Amino acid sequence: MNDKQKKMLIRIVVAAVATAVLALLPDVSVLPLGGVCKGLLYFLAVYLIIGYDILRKALLGMRNKRVFDENFLMMVATLGAFALALYEKSGDYLEAISVMLFYQIGEFFQSYAVGRSRRNISSLMDIRPDYANIEKEDGTFERVDPDDVGTGRIIIVQPGEKVPVDGIVAEGESSLNTAALTGESFPREVKAGDEVLSGSINMTGVLRVRTTKDFGESTVSKILELVEDSASHKSHSEAFITRFARIYTPVVCYAAMALALLPPLVRMLIPGMDPMWSQWIYRALIFLVISCPCALVVSIPLSFFAGIGGAGHEGILVKGADILEALSKVKTVVLDKTGTLTLGVFEVTAMHDINDADKTDEEEKRMLVELAALAECASSHPISKSLQRAYGCKVDHSRVSDIKELGGFGITARIDGREVAVGNEKLMQRMGVEYCHCHSTGTIVHVACDGRYAGHIVLGDIMKPHAAEALTALREAGVKQTIMLTGDSRSVASEVARTLGVDRVYSELLPADKVTKVEELIATQGKTEKLAFVGDGINDAPVLSRADIGIAMGGVGSDAAIEAADVVLMDDDPLKISKAIRISRKTLRIVRENIILALGIKGACLVLGALGIANMWLAIFADVGVMILAVLNAIRSLRAS
Amino acid sequence: MKKTYGIEVDCANCADLVETEIKKVAGVKDARVVFMTQKMKVEFEEGADEVSVMEEVLRIARKVEPDFCIVK
Repeated sequence: MNDKQKKMLIRIVVAAVATAVLALLPDVSVLPLGGVCKGLLYFLAVYLIIGYDILRKALLGMRNKRVFDENFLMMVATLGAFALALYEKSGDYLEAISVMLFYQIGEFFQSYAVGRSRRNISSLMDIRPDYANIEKEDGTFERVDPDDVGTGRIIIVQPGEKVPVDGIVAEGESSLNTAALTGESFPREVKAGDEVLSGSINMTGVLRVRTTKDFGESTVSKILELVEDSASHKSHSEAFITRFARIYTPVVCYAAMALALLPPLVRMLIPGMDPMWSQWIYRALIFLVISCPCALVVSIPLSFFAGIGGAGHEGILVKGADILEALSKVKTVVLDKTGTLTLGVFEVTAMHDINDADKTDEEEKRMLVELAALAECASSHPISKSLQRAYGCKVDHSRVSDIKELGGFGITARIDGREVAVGNEKLMQRMGVEYCHCHSTGTIVHVACDGRYAGHIVLGDIMKPHAAEALTALREAGVKQTIMLTGDSRSVASEVARTLGVDRVYSELLPADKVTKVEELIATQGKTEKLAFVGDGINDAPVLSRADIGIAMGGVGSDAAIEAADVVLMDDDPLKISKAIRISRKTLRIVRENIILALGIKGACLVLGALGIANMWLAIFADVGVMILAVLNAIRSLRAS
Repeated sequence: MKKTYGIEVDCANCADLVETEIKKVAGVKDARVVFMTQKMKVEFEEGADEVSVMEEVLRIARKVEPDFCIVK
């Protein structure tokens, strides 16, 4: 509770006690000056204690030409009730005070609940490190602000501490809790040479880490910035309600005015009928209290915020409420193969010569892999990494020059003075090299040296453990079709598609083709349907930004992915895709429930009020009660799944 | 230049109104007022004086929402 809230609570308690005393007192006229208009002075004093800020805001609003906000509604309703009691000489000022008192209790509750959930959501994302330990020359260490560390410094991370800045372990072994980053509860073992991401918690051993990034560029800063920015993107529902509230409030004010004036005027025209002024004014005041739009205005952004927080807790970063909303309408999921459904870790399964027969000569095999690995040494593509691994030795970069990467074809380079081309069949055609078509399933890397075919390497990709399960889960979450896009050959693509149960597959696509394909698919879908593209974010940035929703996987490390994607899955488990869709559906359901609940109850009470059936107490429920229900409902979206 | 300020604003609706109004302040290129995180992001025009622009921003914001304040 902050100071503002504490002050408010004191005012509420004081006013409530005073109101109770005044209500229970058999005769207020025993008090000094209590005889004036049946104790008006006492009631007014209590009224001012509880409502002075509302009056002030309403008057300031009028001065700044901003009438018709909730403060204005409350001022008119309560002062109206006072005026009516004076006019009727009933001395029933309690209603006016109660309306103000309950309105303030509602506001207090709202601010408390919203503050609470704001803190809850922030604590889900509580990964901001408070300090870093820098090692000094004499071996002792000093606590500094993570901002002041810089790159290339050695920092000490002790058990229980957060890794403050991204870096590489220089010394030590430990397990890291990366739950806050990836949602993965299983600890990650690290040793010297391993990369550690800021925001993970060191659990067992002391680590000496050489920093590789500034704090501002580190994972933790990027995630926090993303989450903070996400709240500023408005959903359509929220924008709609804001527009709605802007029209709605003046409309109900005029409606209340009409209710107060028209029926009595009509009755005055009919001879013999009592205009019943006070009764109709009372109904108009009830009308005003009921109509306050706060329940809607606060609960919708709160639901989305809670939904985004809940998703963040699961390792799913959603960039905005608009994205969360669009995610619930996803009917088509397009998946990239490599890195998304498969691990993107390839193993050399065979090496063939020009007759598509297995190479037998060990020396020749070694040569083939060496050429491929050297040519690909500058590429970060999973295939090239696998080739480096198969090569097994350290790449001597001085042997390689003139590396040219031809997107969708492969690589040409000069190795030990020889012209080497490494890539697919299209590259061989382009280079005019006679090659043979390989009949094995897998990714085929053809190698040519000085214009002569040297043979090809067959690489097999390993599927992710949850890939098949993830596709079933997508269908269960209401996705109509799943489509796989890949640059790989048709045979590899269709085998993976068949094993995993993907609906359709497009293979042998160049990076630019993927964009065209996604555009085609977007053009054919229904108006309210959305298409999501899931990729590992390394080569897919254009596709990620072109799709309705771009989902980058395991992309915390890649800047391009965070830029281009709308949703970032912090680990690379494909099951998270369906989880994200389910969270968005749940959030949207809660939003709809709140709109229906608030508008429904208010609508019904407004009709009852106009007919004269509702009293002030029902009006208070329709205002404050509905708001409390809506806020409690909104907080539900914090709990994912 | 972009800066983020912690703010205190009491209702979601007022935050929207404040945002609309301070976007019109001279020297402010773009602004975001977020009720949920209680943060305000202001992007200044090239060469604008931060201190004087922020004074005006606060004055305009207070006009819309008298309880608006910037937390230090």
